Amino acid sequence: MAIKFGVVVFPGSNCDQDAYYSLKKILGYQVEYLWHKNHSLNNSDVVILPGGFSYGDYIRTGAVAKLSPIMNEVKEFAERGGIVIGICNGFQILCESGLLPGVLLKNINLKFVCKDVYLTAVNTSSIFSQNINRSLLIPVAHGEGNYFCDDVTLSDLKKNNQIIFKYSSKDGDVDNSSNPNGSMENIAGIMNRKGNVFGMMPHPERVCNPLLGNSDGKLVFESIYKSLIK
Amino acid sequence: MIEPKITLELALEHGLTESEFDKIKTILGRAPNFTELGIFSVMWSEHCSYKNSIALLKTLPRSGGRLLVSAGEENAGLIDIGDDLAVAFKIESHNHPSAIEPYQGAATGVGGIMRDIFTMGARPIAALNSLRFGSLSDPRTRYLFEGVVKGVGDYGNSFGVPTVAGEVYFDESYQGNPLVNAMAVGIVKKNRVAKAIAIGEGNPVFIVGSSTGRDGIHGATFASEEISEKSEAKRPSVQVGDPFTEKLLLEATLEIIKEDLIVGIQDMGAAGISCSTTEMSAKGNSGMKINLSKVPLREKGMTAYEIMLSESQERMLVVVKKGNEKRVKEIFDKWDLNCEIIGEVINEEKILVDYLGERKAEIPPQDCVLGGGAPVYIREQKEPEYLKQTRNFDFNSLPKNQNIENIFLKVFSSTNIVSKRWVYEQYDSMVRTNTVVGPGCDSAVILIKEINKALAVKTDCNSRYVYLNPKEGTKIAVAESARNIVCSGGTPLGITNCLNFGNPYKPEIYWQFAQAIEGMGEACRFFETPVTGGNVSFYNESPESAIYPTPTIGMVGLIDDLKFVTTSYFKDEDDLIYLLGEDYEEIGGSEYLKVIHNLVTGDSPKLDLPTEKKLHDSLLKLIKSGIVKSAHDVSEGGIISSLAECCLINKNKQVGCEVNVEIKTSEEFSLFSESQSRVIVSISRKDKIDFEKILNDSAQVFTQLGITKGTILKINKYTFELNQLSDIYFNTIEQLMK
Repeated sequence: MAIKFGVVVFPGSNCDQDAYYSLKKILGYQVEYLWHKNHSLNNSDVVILPGGFSYGDYIRTGAVAKLSPIMNEVKEFAERGGIVIGICNGFQILCESGLLPGVLLKNINLKFVCKDVYLTAVNTSSIFSQNINRSLLIPVAHGEGNYFCDDVTLSDLKKNNQIIFKYSSKDGDVDNSSNPNGSMENIAGIMNRKGNVFGMMPHPERVCNPLLGNSDGKLVFESIYKSLIK
Repeated sequence: MIEPKITLELALEHGLTESEFDKIKTILGRAPNFTELGIFSVMWSEHCSYKNSIALLKTLPRSGGRLLVSAGEENAGLIDIGDDLAVAFKIESHNHPSAIEPYQGAATGVGGIMRDIFTMGARPIAALNSLRFGSLSDPRTRYLFEGVVKGVGDYGNSFGVPTVAGEVYFDESYQGNPLVNAMAVGIVKKNRVAKAIAIGEGNPVFIVGSSTGRDGIHGATFASEEISEKSEAKRPSVQVGDPFTEKLLLEATLEIIKEDLIVGIQDMGAAGISCSTTEMSAKGNSGMKINLSKVPLREKGMTAYEIMLSESQERMLVVVKKGNEKRVKEIFDKWDLNCEIIGEVINEEKILVDYLGERKAEIPPQDCVLGGGAPVYIREQKEPEYLKQTRNFDFNSLPKNQNIENIFLKVFSSTNIVSKRWVYEQYDSMVRTNTVVGPGCDSAVILIKEINKALAVKTDCNSRYVYLNPKEGTKIAVAESARNIVCSGGTPLGITNCLNFGNPYKPEIYWQFAQAIEGMGEACRFFETPVTGGNVSFYNESPESAIYPTPTIGMVGLIDDLKFVTTSYFKDEDDLIYLLGEDYEEIGGSEYLKVIHNLVTGDSPKLDLPTEKKLHDSLLKLIKSGIVKSAHDVSEGGIISSLAECCLINKNKQVGCEVNVEIKTSEEFSLFSESQSRVIVSISRKDKIDFEKILNDSAQVFTQLGITKGTILKINKYTFELNQLSDIYFNTIEQLMK
């Protein structure tokens, strides 16, 4: 069975083409764009909400995008167990629309940050992180990536193994000095309880092409692909 | 609104001179009305007309090489890179707005230059910027610096183009008048280049993008005068940026160009509708009939004068091929953007402007524009007095035998030398997944996915050199840009320039300008890197003084094969380190002289064009033979600072070195000299014979400096811990900004 990825294009998305290119040209997967005004996911098996500044993010990141027509279908799809991934702005949209718990606050130093960071998978059995047993070097690029939730939610996240990635050192130490944005417990990526909706601030689609010197991001997409073709 | 009476005083208030006012009356055969006066005043402002610079700019090499579109012909220059692709690039200043409203000033600077690129049908692939401020110890400088960086970042990050390279300088000379120069680079299929032209009688004229408001009225005129205490009152002249709308405008614009629906398109920056209607008509030897009642407005009660002069951002004027109106509207509807027909092309060479049923302006477009009727002046030149002093400075008078370790730590801590990490980490440098080499190396390298080649891009100018020797200093700016491109493995293709100077009506300033142009022309002809276009920014003066003359160079080079991409930093231990080129103990205008002795004096370093060119050729030969592991040019802070950078730049793997640098007459002078045409190269031991043979064959001067080793920088008898240097290098600016 061929697995099809759908990349949603909101006005202001700017990592849509990067996700499309990496999935199609580097990983060789089937992929198509999904225009935000449409009401169909065109039979995608995996829906990606890409990075960028949907609707300019002038009100609050993701606050307008969650009202986009296609989000109705994305929600239904997620409720049916469909796989949805939000990267950066996509993660913010997932939190805004309630598909993932918590919020993404402004970075603790109130500045946009773009740099390579190391991630350690704290759950290596999820669809999104299977067999990722070493730290990954993946860039962040955001102004609001400071993950926050209340204590009850946090303990739920832990109890249910919903925390997927944490910011760490190269050797996997999860410490303050490797936290780029003040995120609670260095959280970089989480999934929902059912394990089919996943959001992460770092950009795996940016580090797939070996010509750019790093292809750690492929591991995340390969993990998803492999779990689906099983 | 009752329009003011047209008098000479009113014309003078508009920044026109008496003779210019007379000229307008001659052109029209009558006195202008208020709207017409407004149009002429912005079109003949320095900013739009280049009236005091164009005569000299025409002496620059503006054709040849791989140049497809000559400077000034279109919104940006265009260079052939093979495979049916061309690269469009341009740099532009936004100094005046940034001086009073740093965030919006810088943001709209980025927005404006991006539109210049995509209005040609090119997709922007990289942004660069060259920023200059006063001393960071001053709180207002910190405010401006913080605001400008955030403005550049927020606009580019949201727009989705990586900001990959640039430069940031600090010097008291920029205290009241910071420089914000933004550059953009785009890629276009050669057969899909859009023109800024209006032809074909009856073709509809559209305004697309944002609505028009009162922001930015007289922005162009404001940019054409000195900054003073009164400038704060001009804050409304600063436009407000909306990168989200620009992103939509980009996609919609590229779609209408791709579908071949249009005749011509021009972005609206300075002088708004006035500029786009007159320039497009002048180019097409045509005219336009415009009805301003159709322009989507964001404010009530705007007058014709205000609509014509508004510099609201994120707008374009489009001449559509008749019959395609519906399709164009569909595309802009899809992107939720305004798209209104406001008039049509006419055969008569006139711009006819109607508003609310009344004729508000009737002017011949040719007479408004640069290259047409706009005034052209050649101003008086005089060599400035200060040069007598600086040239005759006696370096032997400097105190000697100071502690080299302390001196180096001071020089290396200079905000002009340390890493600009604090700046570039606020910029998305990776979006679009083409960034092979991001900020921090000699130049940035951007992959062109379609053809597996890459572009090397860089901006450069050491304005202290230009201040001390405008001609030589400008040659150095061109040469250093080219050297940086070559260090990254690229062949220089062409330059764009942003000429930031003081008031051209002062003979000393005009002399600096003329000298700079001469030096630039000489260097560009020698390196066969034509000038594709750019921008002139005069009147960069605060009440205290003029800025250092700052002809910023933006250069683009082509890397034919990704395997030639070379970075600045040492890779492994036990590699051999060489210096290509020679030292002449030149410390005039150096960072050392400024930091240690608080002097900006002497002559600039010399730049011998044949020596520089030979260096480029031999280094490219070495790189293409695959034996260069790193290449980094020697610049501010001398060889000792450049060696430290080679050790430190790769934060994830820093490699020390042990080197011996030849001392000519004094350790201080030799270690901190900023002699040109020098590059530090590292290679594997096994390549020693091949390496030296290539250099000997091309008669390139070189010396072996030492080897890469350990975690210290050991230079002659001095040692420095990389840990300590790394902390200085990466954290100094952040500490100062806390």
